[in-house]
Amino acid sequence: MKNQNSFKNYPASQSWSGPKRQYDLIKELVIAIVVVAVLSIGLSALFSSPDERAVTMKSWATHNPIDLAQTAVGELAGTTTSAGYGAPYNQNGSGQSIAFISPQKWLGVRIPINSAQDLVIKPLATSNIPGATDLVSKWNSTSADQQIKWANDFAKAFDKDNALLSANNANVQNSDGKYGPVPAIVNDLLTMARSGALDGALTTSDSPLPTNFTKPLLFLADGGSYFSSIASKYHLQGSQWGVMNETGSWPGQSWLWLFSFWYQIPPFNSSPAGDLWVGLIMGVLTFALLLLPFIPILRRIPYWIPIHKLIWRNWYSDPDSKN
Amino acid sequence: MFLAVLNLNHPAHFLNWGPLSISIPNLVIILVMVFLFILALMIPFPNHSQENKEGEK
Amino acid sequence: MSISWTAKVRKSTLEKLPPDQLLPDTQPKYVASWIYTFGVLTIAAFVMLVASGLILTIKGPNWWHVSHLGHFINSIHLWNVELFFAFMVIHLWGKFWMAAWRGKRFATWATGIFAFIGSIVTAFTGYLIQTNFDSQWIATQAKDSFNSTGIGAIINPLNTGQAILLHVAMLPLILGLIVVVHIILVRRKGVVTPISNDHQYMEGKF
Repeated sequence: MKNQNSFKNYPASQSWSGPKRQYDLIKELVIAIVVVAVLSIGLSALFSSPDERAVTMKSWATHNPIDLAQTAVGELAGTTTSAGYGAPYNQNGSGQSIAFISPQKWLGVRIPINSAQDLVIKPLATSNIPGATDLVSKWNSTSADQQIKWANDFAKAFDKDNALLSANNANVQNSDGKYGPVPAIVNDLLTMARSGALDGALTTSDSPLPTNFTKPLLFLADGGSYFSSIASKYHLQGSQWGVMNETGSWPGQSWLWLFSFWYQIPPFNSSPAGDLWVGLIMGVLTFALLLLPFIPILRRIPYWIPIHKLIWRNWYSDPDSKN
Repeated sequence: MFLAVLNLNHPAHFLNWGPLSISIPNLVIILVMVFLFILALMIPFPNHSQENKEGEK
Repeated sequence: MSISWTAKVRKSTLEKLPPDQLLPDTQPKYVASWIYTFGVLTIAAFVMLVASGLILTIKGPNWWHVSHLGHFINSIHLWNVELFFAFMVIHLWGKFWMAAWRGKRFATWATGIFAFIGSIVTAFTGYLIQTNFDSQWIATQAKDSFNSTGIGAIINPLNTGQAILLHVAMLPLILGLIVVVHIILVRRKGVVTPISNDHQYMEGKF
């Protein structure tokens, strides 16, 4: 109550002693609930709501096996987004930072992900495909340098010639051994994915009853085209104001328009620390909205642009208001 | 599972202007909000002047 | 004074929140605009969100994918989110143009902003738990934003189970509490004086 004195002579802070009118708050609330109930039921009957089916490793392997195979090779080579992400998943990247501000790094690795092991090798180790365990042992007993060389060499060859993955049976063809076990690993992983076993293997490695989809979602997001092409169709990409959009033709989170806006303009749309920039800007702006009553120019806007004269026009024309 | 009078289960149309891009459904929502705001200011509120307790002349 | 704690709490509650101030049947004469109804419309949409959300909770996260009734309840939940935000933002516009923070009402303004932020977070976690393509995509997009600001170390949008618990068990409770405090503050402080009657504000002192 320190500032009690400064408000002592401020009538606006006292309770209203002027003329009053009847106002039934509870009746207003009940009517509002009925109106909103009718309105929302009507809108639901008219427009329903979106439910674009979830994608799976199985649907990925069915619709775009080459993309899945390329992504799996990338995980082994350590070239995917998740493999080089940094905190909170691993230490393979520095994360986003602006000058000395790097909260990502400060908080460290909290959700450890080794992309090659967690997204490819360990799931394969759970498979009962003949020879799969041998492939896993061969990979695991090899030096990291050799693993990366195999995977990178195969990635290059595969990029040049997608036919390495034969179109007929969508199997990666065995090559002469210069890629080590990599083609066979990818081949078996595709087999697992097509059967649906990979979806289970990725989610059950931590718990037999999964509620955490970090691994399959990181894998999907590492992909080149399957996952993101569905998003592009609905304008859900970050560069498409996707944050405020929705699948189908339903309205989305339009209240995120300002958050989404910064991602569309330079320098944030190309900055490697774009997410951190936008996060900090929105933090500052939210703080400004909170403290708006104390910000000199902003708090005078309602005085300069007198929309209040419209709101209280009856009152201002009422002789009572002059007293 | 889409039992609806109008089928919205297809990609939305977008209006683009420079870096601005907005889906028609989002635009409709925002325009309805602005419209409701203006209506709320313009439409006279029921005035039960007989019920005024004080300040009644 | 050996007054009991219970009596103390009762006394101070009644002093600070006398029933006729908490639930008055009159309002200042200037409370005569449709703009005043958008706060209560926001509450009505919140009531509908809790009601439809409870039905979705009882039936579990997969029900609405496989049942016509479930999908309809989901639609009601979604459209109330849109209505809730529309009403809340119009309420915010109204309060801004009334400069409704005047006269020691900053706490009311602040709890309103907290409710707005809380609603955005709550709605966002709702989008995360749709268990469809939209939720998968939003999760993978949001992770970079969360991770870059350090929030991702605590709240992982890719962890669907965590998002379900946040959206169903924790966030509506926090939001509901903020809204209750907001409403109590509105009732305690009363509806803000019209700007032209607030000479101090007119003269630029507040």
